Amino acid sequence: MTLDLSLLPDGGVRWLDASGAHSDVVLSTRVRLARNVDGYAFTGRARDGERLRVLQQVREALHTLSGLPERLLVRVDELGPGERAMLFERHLVSKELAGLEPQHPLRSGAAVYLSDGLSVMINEEDHLRLQSLQSGFELRAAYAALDRIDRELGARVPFSYHPEFGFLTACPTNVGTGMRASVLIHLPGLVLTKEIGRVLAGLQQMGLTYRGLYGEGSEVVGNFFQISNQTTLGRSEEELLDQLIRVVGHVIEREEEARRVLLRDAGYIIEDKLWRAYGTLRYARSLTFDEAMNYLSGVRLAVGLKLIRGLSVYTLNKLLIFSQAAHLAATEGRPLTESETNLARARYVRKALEDEAGAVG
Amino acid sequence: MVCDNCHERDAVVNLTTIENNAVRQLHLCEQCAAERGVETTSATPKHPLGDFLQAVQAQTMPAGADAGKCGFCGLTMKDFRATGRMGCARCYSTFEPSMRELLRRVHGNPRHNGRPYRAPKDEVLEKASVLGELRDKLRRAIEQEQFEVAAQLRDRIRVLE
Repeated sequence: MTLDLSLLPDGGVRWLDASGAHSDVVLSTRVRLARNVDGYAFTGRARDGERLRVLQQVREALHTLSGLPERLLVRVDELGPGERAMLFERHLVSKELAGLEPQHPLRSGAAVYLSDGLSVMINEEDHLRLQSLQSGFELRAAYAALDRIDRELGARVPFSYHPEFGFLTACPTNVGTGMRASVLIHLPGLVLTKEIGRVLAGLQQMGLTYRGLYGEGSEVVGNFFQISNQTTLGRSEEELLDQLIRVVGHVIEREEEARRVLLRDAGYIIEDKLWRAYGTLRYARSLTFDEAMNYLSGVRLAVGLKLIRGLSVYTLNKLLIFSQAAHLAATEGRPLTESETNLARARYVRKALEDEAGAVG
Repeated sequence: MVCDNCHERDAVVNLTTIENNAVRQLHLCEQCAAERGVETTSATPKHPLGDFLQAVQAQTMPAGADAGKCGFCGLTMKDFRATGRMGCARCYSTFEPSMRELLRRVHGNPRHNGRPYRAPKDEVLEKASVLGELRDKLRRAIEQEQFEVAAQLRDRIRVLE
């Protein structure tokens, strides 16, 4: 099977369009629900045949769901490593489902069902990971879309559920609602003013947690943080969402305040630093992933502060995704060494910025 | 088509396997497929939650509370400590007291307060539960190498599916 992401509207990454609320600070909102199909062992303990039956049962049910236009089922287990890495780089599947880590080899029956802004990973750590991904700070909208398919699917496929513990999951940290709601937020102001430590410590006291760009186990790069609920049991979905909305709203205010302080107290230093970041991206001949992320963070801040005009957040968002290794290899049409990747990345970024350079000032 | 494994019986199962990131299609007969189905999960690295659980249990659980294994998937508490993952839904009932304590520690409150759920009713549910039982029996039959029973069960499952 070869992967044709062009079959999806916007390649499955419509959330890059920066159309959501606060999209200069919050890149995206994601809500996921973990569910298991009753009558089978959880994925990690299931046999090949059981996983294939789960896939078949869920696939049949998904095809009968209403209101999901332009859907596509991708058999992840039939893709090569490059294509699986591309799905991962687009945040459409987890690293575990893509089988990109030695401790989580690719499983037979691994698949992902993709529709506009909604996806269902099949045979991830849990049989089902339903996911909604939206541009900007849109937790309620993301959850509403997800809740609808969760209810429809749950009426066709029996989910594992315990009257006291709620929805049952392979890892006890997901039991109950099975819900993890998160926002991917860009906080360069809080990092530069060195307030970030206090803010992150505060999150943990509020029952929230943070991770890097790619969720669990990933490092923070480019000042991007993924903030999510820590616990899934004992409180309702609405209570968990309310708490996250309240706290993230507060973090956004703190970030905006930090940006104002930076401009006021260190105006020309910041302006110089951010234009240098732009200059490097515009002219560098080789860029590592971390370098690109950090300079892009600077340029994104400059656009947010209106120090750089004429460059769209959409372009910056696209650069985050399409300047990653698997995408660059796909663009070049061949596997790349690390240094070739860095050259290709610089070329790609230069070209994208050149295209908008006429308007930048 | 002949079975890729024994090259004798007719292949009835199409199995996709992955070895070293390479996809391989195998056409197998009922028996060879059953033999292959026995164990597919590879050893998972020790999980930090396991240590946590062990510490919790040492404090709170009477000795012997976690003896035995899950009647559906065969998971023991030792397995859980090694991986940090439950084996199936029934594990939660099998090890209910331990799990209640663990969930209380992890989430602060072990009682679900989110949206209630009822599995699909009537024939949908019935079919699913019959299927669940049949799959359960099939699993045991395979484990006990009762391949004739397994074949009959598989046929019944196919009809229901």
